[in-house]
Formats: sequence, structure tokens, C-alpha cells
Amino acid sequence: MSARRGGRPLPALAAACVVLGFTQAAPAAEIPSAERRSGYEFMSRETRAMQDDDATNPAVLWLLDGEALWNRKDGAAGRACADCHGNARASMKGAAARHPAWDAAAGRPVNLEQRINACRAGRQQAAPLAYESRDLLALTAYVARQSRGMPVDIAIDKRTKPFLDAGRDTFMRRQGQLNLACTQCHDELWGRKLAGSTIPQAHPTGYPLYRLEWQGLGSLQRRLRNCLTGMRAEPYPFGAPEFVDLELYLMWRARGMKMESPAVRP
Amino acid sequence: MARAVVSLPATVKRGEIVEIKTLVQHAMETGFRRTQLGIAIPRDIIRLFVCTYNGEEIFRAEFHPAIAANPLLTFTTVATESGSIAFTWTGDKGFSLTESARITVE
Amino acid sequence: MTTRRDFLVAAGSLAGGIGVASAAGSAHATPAAMEEAIRKAIGDAPVRKGRVKLDVPPLIDNGNSVALSVAVDSPMTPSDYVKAIHVFSERNPLPNVLSVHLGPRSGRARIATRVRLADTQTVLAIAQLSDGSCWSDSAHVVVTLSACLEEGLI
Repeated sequence: MSARRGGRPLPALAAACVVLGFTQAAPAAEIPSAERRSGYEFMSRETRAMQDDDATNPAVLWLLDGEALWNRKDGAAGRACADCHGNARASMKGAAARHPAWDAAAGRPVNLEQRINACRAGRQQAAPLAYESRDLLALTAYVARQSRGMPVDIAIDKRTKPFLDAGRDTFMRRQGQLNLACTQCHDELWGRKLAGSTIPQAHPTGYPLYRLEWQGLGSLQRRLRNCLTGMRAEPYPFGAPEFVDLELYLMWRARGMKMESPAVRP
Repeated sequence: MARAVVSLPATVKRGEIVEIKTLVQHAMETGFRRTQLGIAIPRDIIRLFVCTYNGEEIFRAEFHPAIAANPLLTFTTVATESGSIAFTWTGDKGFSLTESARITVE
Repeated sequence: MTTRRDFLVAAGSLAGGIGVASAAGSAHATPAAMEEAIRKAIGDAPVRKGRVKLDVPPLIDNGNSVALSVAVDSPMTPSDYVKAIHVFSERNPLPNVLSVHLGPRSGRARIATRVRLADTQTVLAIAQLSDGSCWSDSAHVVVTLSACLEEGLI
């Protein structure tokens, strides 16, 4: 267990799981709505203070970039986001709380990053921004900021239901060398400790967020990739439909909870 | 371009002690990390922070690699007169950023 | 009988313990290097405990960003003020963390920042006063290892 892999200690998740074996499959129940808790509630007083104060939340630095990008003309059309959408504070209110959302052109739900890039391609005739690039994170954070305090509001209908089900299947399915499913930690063992960390319920209410571990801003898909790596499963590529389905399920699972973007997490 | 956010009250009473919060966008690369291929990542940090009040230096800080990424620094000053408070961060690789704020003293 | 959940908690704390022990193998400052850094900052002045309040959480879940504040009991008048505050780390790769220079115009001798702590260790703050005296406070911080970290850069 003290074996080193790539010069670092074997991560605690793997160590705990090797000891445990996780041999029994337990039928997972959804967390009752009265017991749902944001990752914020599991954080230390200092980290919560960091998120709450715009003067000390480092994600605010990215918001400034996002606001500049919102107003900057771009692409062959020479148009800015603001030229169509006006003031983001009004027009983007609630947008992040509704994503992933159905997109007729794509024929499937798209997340906020994909929506921004679709808008760039269609309206601005501009090249898409790369996943996890500073510009896409900044613009997404700026749009998501306008939903802060609003309840997550994912509409599920006949069109989106199959994608929700696919996302739920991914959440419930054991995968990777540790043969773990998301639900085992986040539905069954939330609130318990895994090394120094408290296992959260995995509600994605604050993305893109500033993670102390990353020392920067990152997307939900970056976090999901970290989870999969921890489970010793191969992560899907950024923007993969499997990830968007999982995002849809996670947001639906957090329905009614307050948006915190851009949040801070340890 | 890097960003900075400075927070202080816009209007204060003469003689009041004002709390100033500063936040600046910088990775503060320590110089002690390596890539997955084992190549050392050179140090790239902010070394110095200076705050001036109407041109006179009132506070100075020397940063080392142990300062967290996107440095936060909170300090205080006595409001003496209306004017401009300037904040300058300088560091490795020619990094230099200046931000300023107006303060009205009644 | 030990339940599965009890076992997970035990296994988790065990894994945490191993993580802390493994991390100790990395390069860090020696007591001699720290002493040298202190002398370089304040000269030969004796350092007494007191008048300084160093505030750091005793247990932190991520050493990348730890809230730290230092307050010094001083009237901050032109004849009696704090000239400088220095913060040192015992087990980071380098002993120096931060030095700030202030004066009567500061009004109050209190600063706050966020620091990196590579390991469980003692953090030291020394204040240099206008009369040449030096005062200090220290704090022990336990840095735990998080689960599910990103692969790649350490």
C-alpha cells in the first residue's frame, strides 16, 4: 500500500478500496431531498469564507476575463456575445441552472460549454474554444455566475429522458480496475472520510469552480475525469456524450439546489 | 493578461483604518515541480508587492514560492487624504502589473 | 462485529496516515536552513515569544492554499510600531514564506494571506518592532492527504 506510482503515494481511494474489496453490490437509493447537501457544507470554515467573499474568491479573476470576452467582437461575423444577448446579468440569468439542455441541431442535450461553442460557430462564425482553455472557462464562469443563488432547474421530457437514463446508468455502473460505481461513494458513503477528505454527495452546483488542488478554475468534466482516474477507469475525452449524459443526470439529481458558480472546493 | 482585484471602501472618514484586500492572477510556479516526464518546471513567481498612497510607499511584501497561486494579501492603512492608492506586483519573467483605486476621505 | 462502514473509516484513516508518512520523504528545509533564513531577516536580535498572534487552521485538507493571518499587539504610533513581519515554514522546500514591511501609516499590524504547506509542520511568525525587539508566535498545522487527486503534476 505504500507503493509509489509515478513518484507519488498510491492515492488513498485506491488504498481504501484495495482493503475493502467492495465486493457486494448494493442497490443504490437516491438521496432523499431533505438530506441533499452541497459540497460547500462539507468544507472548512476558511474554504467557505473564500467562496463567499468576492474580494478573496480567486475565481473572480476569471470572471473579469469572462466579462471582457462577452463584450469582445469575435469571428468572421464580427459579433460579440453582447451584440445578441445584451447584458449577461439579465439575459443569462438562470441559463447555467438549466444546462445540460436539449439542442435541436445536435439532436441531444448539450452542456453550457457546448452551447457557448455552438453559438460561436453559428452566430459569430468563430472557431470553438478548447475544453479547459482559459477563455472557455472564463466565459462559462461568467455566464454561470448569473445563475448564482438560483435553483437547478433541469427539464426532463420525452426527448431528454433517454439521455438522463444513460447518465444514470453510468453513475450506477461499476467500472475500472477498482470495480467501483459513482453511487457507492456518493449515494451510500457521503459524509464519511476518505483519507483527509469528506466524501461529498457529488452535486455539481458550483461549476466551473476554483479547486485548491488544481490551483485554478476547472470544469465539471475535468473533475469527472479525476474521479474516473481515481477509480482506475479510463476517462472519456472532454466533450464525450457519455460525460454530457452524466452531467445531465448529476444536475437533475441536484434539482432545486442553489447554484454557487463559481464555487471554491478543496 | 493577468488580472487583479483590489477591494477597499470608496469613502472613509479621516483617520479611519482601512482594510485593503488584494487578489492577483498568477500561477506562482514554485520551481520545485516536475512534469510527468521528469523535466523541472522553472520557478515563475511574483517576488514583490508594493502599495503606494498618493505616491508614498505605505506597504511592501516579499513573496516566496510558499505563497499560494493567485496570491491574496490583506493589510491596512490609515486614511489620511483623498487620492489614489496604487498596487504593483513584480516578479519572474518580467511580470509586472499595476492596479489603482480612488479613495475619498471626508 | 466490524461492519463494512466501520472498516471503510478505519481503512481511510490508515491510508491517510500512510500518505502523510510518504509525503515526508520529499525535500524540505532543515532546522539549520530555517535558522539561517531567520538570521538573514532579523539579524542577531533575540526572539521572544508573545505580542504576536499567528492564526492558521490546525487541520487542513489541502496544503495548496492555507489561510494564514498574523496580528501584532502594537499601538502603531510614530514612536512605537511594527516594522516588519516575517513568516517561516519548517518543512517546505524553502524556509521563507512571506515578509511584509509596514509602519505607523498601517494603523494596525495585521496581515492575511494564503500559503502553501508541503507537509504537517510548525509555522513561525516573527515581528520586528521599531525599538529593535523581535517577538514571535508559532502554530502546528496538520496537513492531510486528499483522496481522488488528479494525475499528472504533483
